[in-house]
Amino acid sequence: MRVRLLYFAVLRDITGKSEDVVELPEGTRAQEIWNRLRAQHHELAGYERPPMTAVNESYVPAEQTLRDGDEVAFIPPVAGG
Amino acid sequence: MSYLTDAPIDSQELVKRVMRRSDGACVVFEGVVRDHQQGKRVESIFYDAYRPMAEKEIARIIDDISVRFPDVAPAVIHRLGLLKVGEASIVIACSSPHRGEAFEACRAIIDRFKQTVPIWKKERGPGGEEWVGWQK
Repeated sequence: MRVRLLYFAVLRDITGKSEDVVELPEGTRAQEIWNRLRAQHHELAGYERPPMTAVNESYVPAEQTLRDGDEVAFIPPVAGG
Repeated sequence: MSYLTDAPIDSQELVKRVMRRSDGACVVFEGVVRDHQQGKRVESIFYDAYRPMAEKEIARIIDDISVRFPDVAPAVIHRLGLLKVGEASIVIACSSPHRGEAFEACRAIIDRFKQTVPIWKKERGPGGEEWVGWQK
């Protein structure tokens, strides 16, 4: 299946990109994508779990199983206002 | 209607939008870029957002507030991009027949806003820049 990843704020700075399309095996959970990112970027070492996770523009638990076509965004600590 | 803008916010326009002839009060909250944060000087703040999701989350807050305070007419706009000290990043206006619930609703909106809306800020000062809330 194919999933679109969006990077915002500090995660865009760390990864150096604003989005990605990745091929994943069926049944992949959002947390597993985060684990991959942590393995690639030492700046994320302190974050065993993503601060918050959104799939298709709604907050979900990191354990959420993804589906083909999903749009996934890990949400760094928000600071609006 | 969008809750996000890239331009300076006109708070008077927001007040006009919410005021009805039956209202006796209008509370306006402006969140403003200040010149310091935890002892460090701040010159500007860059605001970033996951725009479509932020719009949805703000709409959800406004819906909940309208249920909790049925007599209040609320409006909110958040600005994105680079803001200098003294510029407003958010303006909330709440009108109501009486002041009590207008104050309460305004406070409730900004408190919820800070918890769930996917907006981020990067503070810039003489010492460099950093994303607020991110622990290195």
